[in-house]
Amino acid sequence: MSLHGTGIKMSEAVEKSREIIAKALNAESEEIVFTGSATESNNLVLKGLAEANPEKKKIIISSIEHDCIRNSALWLRKQGFKVVMLPVDKKGIVEIEKLENEIDKDTLVVSIIHASNEVGTIQDVEKIGNICRKMGVYFHTDASQSFGKVEIDVLAMKIDLLTASSHKIYGPKGAAILYVREGIKINPILHGGGHEGGLRSSTVNVAAVVGMGKAVGICVREREKETIRLKRLRDKLIKGVLKSIDACWLNGAEKKRLVNNVNISFEKVEGESVLLELSNRGIMCSTGSACSSNSLEPSHVLLAMGLNAPEAHGSLRFSLGRWTKEADINYVLEILPIVIKKIRRISPFK
Amino acid sequence: MRQQFSYSKKVLKHFRSPHNLGKIKDADGVGEVGNLSCGDVMKLYLKVKDGVILDVKFQTYGCAAAIATSSITTDLVKGKTIDEALAMTNKEVIESLDGLPPIKIHCSLLSVDALNEAIYDYLNKNNKKIPEFLEKKHQRSVTLEKMEGHGA
Repeated sequence: MSLHGTGIKMSEAVEKSREIIAKALNAESEEIVFTGSATESNNLVLKGLAEANPEKKKIIISSIEHDCIRNSALWLRKQGFKVVMLPVDKKGIVEIEKLENEIDKDTLVVSIIHASNEVGTIQDVEKIGNICRKMGVYFHTDASQSFGKVEIDVLAMKIDLLTASSHKIYGPKGAAILYVREGIKINPILHGGGHEGGLRSSTVNVAAVVGMGKAVGICVREREKETIRLKRLRDKLIKGVLKSIDACWLNGAEKKRLVNNVNISFEKVEGESVLLELSNRGIMCSTGSACSSNSLEPSHVLLAMGLNAPEAHGSLRFSLGRWTKEADINYVLEILPIVIKKIRRISPFK
Repeated sequence: MRQQFSYSKKVLKHFRSPHNLGKIKDADGVGEVGNLSCGDVMKLYLKVKDGVILDVKFQTYGCAAAIATSSITTDLVKGKTIDEALAMTNKEVIESLDGLPPIKIHCSLLSVDALNEAIYDYLNKNNKKIPEFLEKKHQRSVTLEKMEGHGA
């Protein structure tokens, strides 16, 4: 940034934002690197660590990571790294014993998603962090879904690196962070003018970064109240759906679950058709069905949790948010049974 | 890099209000194709008299495109002779729906397969001559079913 008056003002605004975010994580400002997206942060963490620490050749991730960790790891596998994907149980919780068996002196990093973007299951990152710290292995967590919603303390949880995103917490798109604990050996993947302490060359997206800081501030302030409010609405939606529709079940953990996530599989329906029918009635949701993805593959997260393909095709995810009201939940509970009934009527399976 | 995924109005119309939905209890021919693992299963029922398709109904498990292609296929074959119905291609299905997203073209193939299977069943049950291409297609779909199982 420039030294003239306007440049300094901009720089101060960015630094203020950095401070707010660092504080929310119990980190130091110097440890926060601004990036353009969580995808970029996740690419940077795996590829940047791999390049800076060539003596270690093993990368451990979970089998329910977001595609940006998964595909970065698979790319590194092509470069000669050994990639281990830890299994999860049927609630989507990473099997800790498997981690303890796999982690060794050759392990470069363990990267586990804090809360699943698909099924909302929250991992015990503190336990994982302790295991990694004891072994002297870097621990990264993708907190894109949890930051701002679940309390995170990088020191207490022994987190070395963490990804968080702006737009998941009502900030503008185009800003994210990578927390990099002081002393971590990591190289940049973008080379240029040396912005962000040399780790991320690119003109800083000032407006988005400032917006992210503002969004984090609001989340921290409102979290306690909002958690109570959303939890009640979430549970009302889950209970209501399971009660009023037959042959369906909740995917993911009941208790260790994001307050804004509901993921339910319905037998004998394919998710895309339900999604479209709901959208027509003003309800926006998503599905793990292959038919709605570009790859025509069902959700790898649901498959890793032990669902078979038809069970994944029949899954729907509803995300609650700051503007979700009780009336919205009531509306979904009124419409969803009608839509499921309609789609099931078209099917040859009775 | 342009990416588009949207259904035509016609697809959405057929999806939301499918034509000829249901089953025919005393059907003269029934065809079932697809499998649960892939997310599409179509079942098509025919009522045939004097070589003409008098009635046709369908039941489909699948996405909006699978439901719409099934629905338009029943519209297209109703009143046609068996020979005319056998000449139908997935291109006609796609054109009648004002197009399909590229990733959904397979649904149009599946609906024609369901129709062909139903006609095969009708010809077979009535000891009528089965065209060579239809026999080959039927054998292929039987083999596929054996290989892939029937979903869960």
